[in-house]
Amino acid sequence: MTGPATVFDKPTDYIGKSIPRSDAARLLRGKGRYVDDMQLPRMVHAVFLRSPYAHAKINAIDISQAMKLPGVVAIYTGKDIAQHVEPYVGVLSHLPGLRSPAQYPLAVDVARWQGEPVAVVICASRALGEDALEHIRVDYEKLTAVTDTLNALSPDAPLIHEEYDSNLAWKRQVEVGNLEEALAQDDVVVVEKQIKFGRHTGVTLETRATVCDYIPGDGQLIMYYAGQAPHMLQFILAKHLDMLEENVRVVAHDVGGSFGIKVHTYGDEIATAIVAKLLKRPVKFTADRLESFVTDIHARDHFVDAKIGVKKDGTIVGMGFNDFTGIGPFSMYPRTSAIECNQILNLTGAPYQFEHYHAVGHVVFQNKTLMCQYRAVGHPIAMAISDCMIEEAARVIGMDPVKIRRKNLIPDDAYPTKSTTGMRFDDLSHHACLDKLLEIMDYDALLEDQQNARGNGIYRGIGFVSLVEVTNPSPMFYGVGGAPIASQDGATVRLDAAGALHISSSVTEQGQGTNAILQQIAADVFGVSIERVKVTTGDTATVPYGGGTWASRGAGIGGEAMLLASHALKEQVLDTAAVILQAKPEDLDIAFGEIVNKGSRERKISLGDLAKIVYYRGNELPHDLKPELIATRHYRVTDFPFVFTNGAMAAHVEVDTNTGLIKILHFWAVEDCGRVINPQLVDDQIRGGVVQGIGGALYEECVYDSDGQMQNASMADYLVPMASEMPEITVAHVETYTKTSVLGAKGAGEAGTGGAPAAIMNAVNNALEPLNCGLWQMPMTPERVLKALGKI
Amino acid sequence: MKAPDFSYEKPTTISDVLALLANNELECQLLAGGQSLMPMMNFRMASPGTLVDISNVSELSGINERDETIEIGAMVRYRELELSEIIKAHCPLVAMVLPYVAHAAIRNRGTIGGSIGLSDPAAELPAVLLVLDGKIEITSEKGIRLEPARTFFKGIYETSCEPDELITKIILPKKHLKQKFGFHEIARRHGDYAMAGVCIAQDIDLKVRVAFFGVADRAVRSIAVEKLLSGNSDLSEQLIKDAQNALNDIEFEGDMNAGPEAKQHIAKVVLERALKEMKNE
Repeated sequence: MTGPATVFDKPTDYIGKSIPRSDAARLLRGKGRYVDDMQLPRMVHAVFLRSPYAHAKINAIDISQAMKLPGVVAIYTGKDIAQHVEPYVGVLSHLPGLRSPAQYPLAVDVARWQGEPVAVVICASRALGEDALEHIRVDYEKLTAVTDTLNALSPDAPLIHEEYDSNLAWKRQVEVGNLEEALAQDDVVVVEKQIKFGRHTGVTLETRATVCDYIPGDGQLIMYYAGQAPHMLQFILAKHLDMLEENVRVVAHDVGGSFGIKVHTYGDEIATAIVAKLLKRPVKFTADRLESFVTDIHARDHFVDAKIGVKKDGTIVGMGFNDFTGIGPFSMYPRTSAIECNQILNLTGAPYQFEHYHAVGHVVFQNKTLMCQYRAVGHPIAMAISDCMIEEAARVIGMDPVKIRRKNLIPDDAYPTKSTTGMRFDDLSHHACLDKLLEIMDYDALLEDQQNARGNGIYRGIGFVSLVEVTNPSPMFYGVGGAPIASQDGATVRLDAAGALHISSSVTEQGQGTNAILQQIAADVFGVSIERVKVTTGDTATVPYGGGTWASRGAGIGGEAMLLASHALKEQVLDTAAVILQAKPEDLDIAFGEIVNKGSRERKISLGDLAKIVYYRGNELPHDLKPELIATRHYRVTDFPFVFTNGAMAAHVEVDTNTGLIKILHFWAVEDCGRVINPQLVDDQIRGGVVQGIGGALYEECVYDSDGQMQNASMADYLVPMASEMPEITVAHVETYTKTSVLGAKGAGEAGTGGAPAAIMNAVNNALEPLNCGLWQMPMTPERVLKALGKI
Repeated sequence: MKAPDFSYEKPTTISDVLALLANNELECQLLAGGQSLMPMMNFRMASPGTLVDISNVSELSGINERDETIEIGAMVRYRELELSEIIKAHCPLVAMVLPYVAHAAIRNRGTIGGSIGLSDPAAELPAVLLVLDGKIEITSEKGIRLEPARTFFKGIYETSCEPDELITKIILPKKHLKQKFGFHEIARRHGDYAMAGVCIAQDIDLKVRVAFFGVADRAVRSIAVEKLLSGNSDLSEQLIKDAQNALNDIEFEGDMNAGPEAKQHIAKVVLERALKEMKNE
């Protein structure tokens, strides 16, 4: 053995294969263990009274009538809860200038969004608790709601926080070269557009839920929760509830989807923990769908004023934009609500080579639900700004959208290199991905079909996007700014007395198959049958310390730690086997649970027999041999701030110019996420991501009225993409392994969501081109299409 | 989203249902398929004193063929209608419309009486009843009355049914040999309430009835379009165009997905498409 790089010196048994997930059979049988399934002795329910107003002073709360109702155990107002918690502030030091006031779990004096909790009833059942809510009298004094992002910055806008001089939370400017001067040159064609991105949210099948249990004898708080970052929450609970971290245990069993929604600090969940501690009994809170719509974080909500300059030959001279984004009344703790804007400033145009860039981002307070990180943070906006502007410029100069990309995409042999904004890139493959994309979609045939269809009054369009995706983040993402968010992850691999592997990891499973790929890696690298690998994730009491799953880091970081740990255990086992067999370790290998001769593959001893010698009959071993049969390794990305993934995608759409309906005929995605551990899981991650991207492009929007009331907070009115409307999504891969790890895997979780909206907007505008109109607002609803067409 | 407390009754005969409804103090609400009522109760927008579950009233079931009509029990579920050979043969418009009513899971539970009684302005069946000149049999302790569909629907979630009354049957005329029907709707996703939809019936005497749904406070007929289309055996391109232009006698109301202008525009499109499909039949 010379080191873990030799892991791939053999055909792999599991890595790279579409091995079915071991948890699928259990979940499909309805045997998932979701938080709301939990029933603990003496458990009571937390039921929240929420502000019906987007902005209102709370003069008084009278709970006397409600307290008399059956089943009511206790009622706490925002003021009551505030006495038991250190407030939190959603700022990070690497986002200089970002400001947000101290926030409490429940509104104390002023409610600042519709749905903000103002009191909590602790009750024998959720239904009785909802009865009690109707008897709490709150004396609200309605204040003017600030809803529109641009108006919120006008000097006469009401202030959401009186201590600030404006509703601006953060502003950042990135300037490279001299855009104004470059665009003023004679041979430069300048295109300007205003692009609007609707506010939407990540609709998880399982809503946010927690059961908090306080055990007085131990002084221990256990929080069972449906979330993605148990160790982060452990820190937050300890800090803000004044406990020692070791006395807080956070457990995430099965989680029914999260998409970034479940990686934040929600007041109702913190209040549930506080109440469990106060009452010394288990308390459950499960958000219902209405609560989810008005309290789960929202995302996007951007108004972008963009411009691009190109030469007649298609060379991009530069691009720039002004971005305004509304984030609700606070910056979300602890990740902040400025990251999306920051990503847009950093990533716009990142696949392309150009010299001049000027971007300004404004993060604005408003009286709506808090905005924060949701799948593909900032990417759909950044990719749409650059790729929709590039295709618009191509239209203006009469150039094919593929040709203009070929001319400007960073060459595949240019790495390592940096983007115009200074993002460090290595192992990317924009041109190879575009080649593969054109091959699988048959672009020429589509162009011919487009011409023929136009003759029949049918308007089809083809749109592209070339994208990068931030994955495998290093400490430079959050940790550097003071956030209690681990960027390293750990893995433990243990051999039991029966020869089976027990593995645990600090990354988490939310339905995407993280546990499955951890099993594949361990089984493959160590050498057992995958059925004999049992996996544990999500419990701070038992798994190694780490960040959890977000920013597409489960496979790339958690997977690498598992590879290193499995390899370390293998070396240890082979050393032990060599002593028992009186052989040299380098002559031995492990295959399907047996120690074998490396050359002849002759079976020597089973892992079970070896483990039994070590565990039961240690007397048969030399005194100085003390095998542990357990290994833990940790991994973090050190060479780069992030490991970027790249890809190319295309959408083929048909716009019904009579009804305004857009039908996606086909979608193609080529992704380079490095080594593909499980092709089926990766393909379906990409498909799922594309579908969420289609949601943002065509369907999903949190509609608010001018009073800050969300108008469509139900699954009947908030349109998620559904199977009937989804196109065939063809996925293909280019595999450029990242050199930052042995495994070579980059993240793949967000590319679809990040890229699809731009490709679809491009396809729609390509379809509308002969009608001399365009649509620059997402979601692209039938009504907006009809307006763009001048039909209404 | 948990319903407030209520009493629950599950009578097995119409007379028992009527006795409950006649008692004002019980604040009864009928529970048919529950596809609209249950969410409304969970949102606490409806809080009945007594929920009267009529799913065990066997007199309310069954699809029966009479000489001139088809009688459909109020508790017949969408799915049963969709699969019924009697409906396919004698009420083809109903069969055309049903696959567009929400999703299969909802059609397994939802009932024709429930849909008619709710009078959702975007529902398909009220428009079907309007163009077929259907009748609603309404029963109370005072007796049985037959209300024509055209006077039954009063507005958004509003009908001529009184609190002590029970819809017992829907009565539709059987299709005549030369009668023609049209239907088209546009929804953002399959199974959603339509942005606009239309039902059309052309009788043997070439009299045409046209009713739109999803565009106003209730399913609503366009008399102007009907006048223009009636008496024409050929649905020519020009006639269809004229019919579209005549669609100005409805007070279009917007919703989340489309404002009044978009509603009117899409109503014209569904009219055109339904007429063209009839022409090509």
